[in-house]
Amino acid sequence: MADSLDVSALEAWVREFARSIAEHKDELTALDSAIGDADHGANMDRGMSAAVAALEASPPADPGALLKQVGMTLVSKVGGASGPLYGTFFLRMAGTLGPDPADDEAFARALRAGLDGVIARGKAEPGDKTMLDALAPACDALDAALAAGEPFGAALRAAAAAAGAGRDATVPLVARKGRASYLGERSAGHQDPGATSTALLLDAAVTALSGSAG
Amino acid sequence: MKKLINDPADVVADALRGMAAAHPELRIDHENRVVFRGDAPRQGKVGLVSGGGSGHEPMHGGFVGPGMLDAACAGEVFTSPVPDQMVAATQGVDGGAGVLHVVKNYTGDVMNFEMAAELVAAESGTEVVAVVTDDDVAVQDSLYTAGRRGVGVTVLLEKLAGAAAEEGRPLAEVADVARTVNAQGRSMGMALTSCTVPAAGKPTFDLPEDEMEIGVGIHGEPGRRRVKLAPAREIAEMLVEPVLSDLEFSGGDGVIAFVNGLGGTPLIELYLMYAEVARVLEKSGVTVARSLVGSYMTSLDMAGCSVTLLKVDDDLVRLWDAPVRTPGLRWGV
Repeated sequence: MADSLDVSALEAWVREFARSIAEHKDELTALDSAIGDADHGANMDRGMSAAVAALEASPPADPGALLKQVGMTLVSKVGGASGPLYGTFFLRMAGTLGPDPADDEAFARALRAGLDGVIARGKAEPGDKTMLDALAPACDALDAALAAGEPFGAALRAAAAAAGAGRDATVPLVARKGRASYLGERSAGHQDPGATSTALLLDAAVTALSGSAG
Repeated sequence: MKKLINDPADVVADALRGMAAAHPELRIDHENRVVFRGDAPRQGKVGLVSGGGSGHEPMHGGFVGPGMLDAACAGEVFTSPVPDQMVAATQGVDGGAGVLHVVKNYTGDVMNFEMAAELVAAESGTEVVAVVTDDDVAVQDSLYTAGRRGVGVTVLLEKLAGAAAEEGRPLAEVADVARTVNAQGRSMGMALTSCTVPAAGKPTFDLPEDEMEIGVGIHGEPGRRRVKLAPAREIAEMLVEPVLSDLEFSGGDGVIAFVNGLGGTPLIELYLMYAEVARVLEKSGVTVARSLVGSYMTSLDMAGCSVTLLKVDDDLVRLWDAPVRTPGLRWGV
């Protein structure tokens, strides 16, 4: 097992997530128009653009510092619910990863710490039609694939597939958290924008990291 | 979309420049997007800080001044401000008597104010108490939602708690006034049209000419149900009845009755609505102690209105009548 999830690998992940958010900005905003307040794409794009700009202005030295900087930038720039939630996600990952390059299991532990942070901050539960519905199954799939001895790339693909399935499964749900919950039954029939951006985060991990560890 | 803007990305910053130019009595921190009272911090006075997404003007920046808020944080349009802004606002109004955060109950606002309070506690030890407003009866099932939204009561709360702070009451008492106001107030809103977020460039939802949304919030999120357009007298009943059935308003010293425009409805229609609301209240045996009619908490250019009732006692009526001098609310001075 290689310890090759170093600062440049994780930076590639962050950059790929930022690129993907920019590409899907209008789609995220359109999903948010249906059940929220039509700003998820614009907010995430503003935050991730600022995160990439910060990486260029002051390149972090190690994995923990990198993800901490991304988290702090999102908390400072995004606002809304996405800022504290994605910010807390990256800050908790940073705290778990620390300064050393990660192996695949350390990455999985960090991802789960990020999930726990999102749960603590947002107080949502699976099935509430939030980003958790993509993130929680992704963590479970990653852990299961690694436990079964799958190589890191295959495990990440399993995690991304689980996130995508979780995202799709938000369509019939009635929202219980966030602004979509004000719609009651009318929120059913729409895909959750937060789960959609979280699925992009896992897709970005496949693109940027699957050749890196394991 | 036709709007009086330069670039959709600059709407908030440009509007704050306008506030600074129009109101030299305020001090505006453009970097942090915080509107301060010109004389903040006031030594020995409890500081009142609020904030939220932009697009609701005059709330909150227009309620900064003597007798109301000490500072207001402006987020992006319909997006909560970030903790950095709230920390700057809190530290900038801290006169040694503690700071009250007035937070509308939206997921983002609550989380960002929570993070800000944690940061302030870690950095300076300033005492911060947060009061969350959640007066919107359109959100019915609070167990399975993010809870009721903070709407019209927030305006009344900022006036009343601001008056309590101005007369020198300590933080615990100012917070008590705020909690009492939130507990005794209820609101319900409706929309005739959607609003158009500048960055989106088109209406957030489609609403046919002959339909309206009942139970809307203030962010262009659709309401709970869509019905055929009706005369104002029927709309007034659709708004007032759920408010009256949620809390006992009759008896006592009466209510402050607040008919609020959502941004795209002219004052003539708001007064027409107030007449209908007053008629429903009289029929229901509710005494009006004070009233407020106008667009004070808006949803950009949305046409429509909300009705807020707040049960008041002598003390709250006296706090209501106390002088206030802000861009959005001004009397007695």
